[in-house]
Amino acid sequence: MDKSILAEIVGDSNTGFKFDNALRNESLTSNGTGAPKATKTGTTIVGLIFKDGVVLGADTRATAGSIVADKNCAKIHYITPNIYCCGAGTAADTEFTTNIISSNLALHQMNSGREPRVATAMTFLKQYLFRYQGHVSAALVLGGVDSTGPHLYTVYPHGSTDKLPFVTMGSGSLAAMATFESKFKPNMERQEAIDLVQEAIESGIFNDLGSGSNVDVCVITKGKVDYLRNYAKPNERISKLKSYKFARGTTGILKESIHKFDIVVESDAMDVV
Amino acid sequence: MSYNGTAIVAMTGKNCVAIAADKRLGQQFLTVDMDFQKIFPITKKTYVGLPGLATDVQTLYKSNMYRLNEQRDIEPKAFAHMVSSTLYEKRFGPYYIEPIVAGLDKNNNPYICGMDLLGCMDVAHDFIVAGSADENLKGMCENLWEADLEPEDLFETISQALLNAVDRDALSGWGGVVHIITPNEVITRHLKARMD
Repeated sequence: MDKSILAEIVGDSNTGFKFDNALRNESLTSNGTGAPKATKTGTTIVGLIFKDGVVLGADTRATAGSIVADKNCAKIHYITPNIYCCGAGTAADTEFTTNIISSNLALHQMNSGREPRVATAMTFLKQYLFRYQGHVSAALVLGGVDSTGPHLYTVYPHGSTDKLPFVTMGSGSLAAMATFESKFKPNMERQEAIDLVQEAIESGIFNDLGSGSNVDVCVITKGKVDYLRNYAKPNERISKLKSYKFARGTTGILKESIHKFDIVVESDAMDVV
Repeated sequence: MSYNGTAIVAMTGKNCVAIAADKRLGQQFLTVDMDFQKIFPITKKTYVGLPGLATDVQTLYKSNMYRLNEQRDIEPKAFAHMVSSTLYEKRFGPYYIEPIVAGLDKNNNPYICGMDLLGCMDVAHDFIVAGSADENLKGMCENLWEADLEPEDLFETISQALLNAVDRDALSGWGGVVHIITPNEVITRHLKARMD
């Protein structure tokens, strides 16, 4: 793309995303040096409404291509004290998008003096994502309890939303939805709801290659949140039977330098008479 | 990642962390430098490894040092978040870098953190790898790493992980450097390695 055209579109703004490297990267790609792979979350994320509130669930695998980049990442993000959000898609996008919306809602709360509503969070998210026309690839499950009761939404990368009693997202969404479709019923008890979410996530973990490792659960009820990190660990690593510790001196060294820190003796300057 | 060739790895130990890198700078299959710095000290007890496109290694390091013009030390966690934000600002025209931050915090607890080129953080309790030899390194570390290694044992483990990983990657190697960060000192060792 011609530089002047790009500058016209992007402008010289000092805020928002910067495109300084875009042209260079384009030419690097044409010279055969492609970008490193971004971390994606293949992901199974789910949510459902039960008698007293909302349960969110997520697996904990992050991938870069077919390599498992992180075996225990957290995909349930904090939005406000009463709202949480599961993220699928490009890991950086889900992380930063939820963070920005969380900040905006905190400001909104201070401005309005009211506890943020889930619908407000949903609107902020869809407006943000629509502005970037799907290039910010965050697929979200948003849930929370506010003054109007429990709410559960899915937000797609292009900015469309759904409001449903049970939802799934990510590459494992089909496996998880199969579980929900056969076993969901309205007004479940708390433990019953958690068990169903666990089962849905586990069906994603075991049947979808993009999902794996552990089950994270977040239970949101009126005035209370239980973030149950690693609620279930169905894939614990079997510990090594023998140690692979090397004998000291195994590795050949050419040069060594040791930088010792100054030992500062703690003393109170005010003690000086 | 594969234009200049890199291998960087960080590991935690018992009250210590280690970060290691190879020394090669290449232009695809042509080797240009055999003593190229890829790990930089940020504070006494925080180091950053910058694997990726060499031009971005130096740009990102300089822009971060410029921003760090405060009269106090930054915590490794805060520094990692700063690098992460710097990267995400260029979400649609990224630096080709996957940084690794390794250090001890103010309570001397180990902190290691990796990032993808967009700035998505991966805070690990065991090890972080990046570069053109990242898949080799992952395999080595997954096997060799164990919890609570003393500084000297951690040195052997991280060195062997690095040396054996780069020997099966044509683009990285040509020497290696290891920094072991402990509460009282930083030990820097240059490794004897294959030069092919």
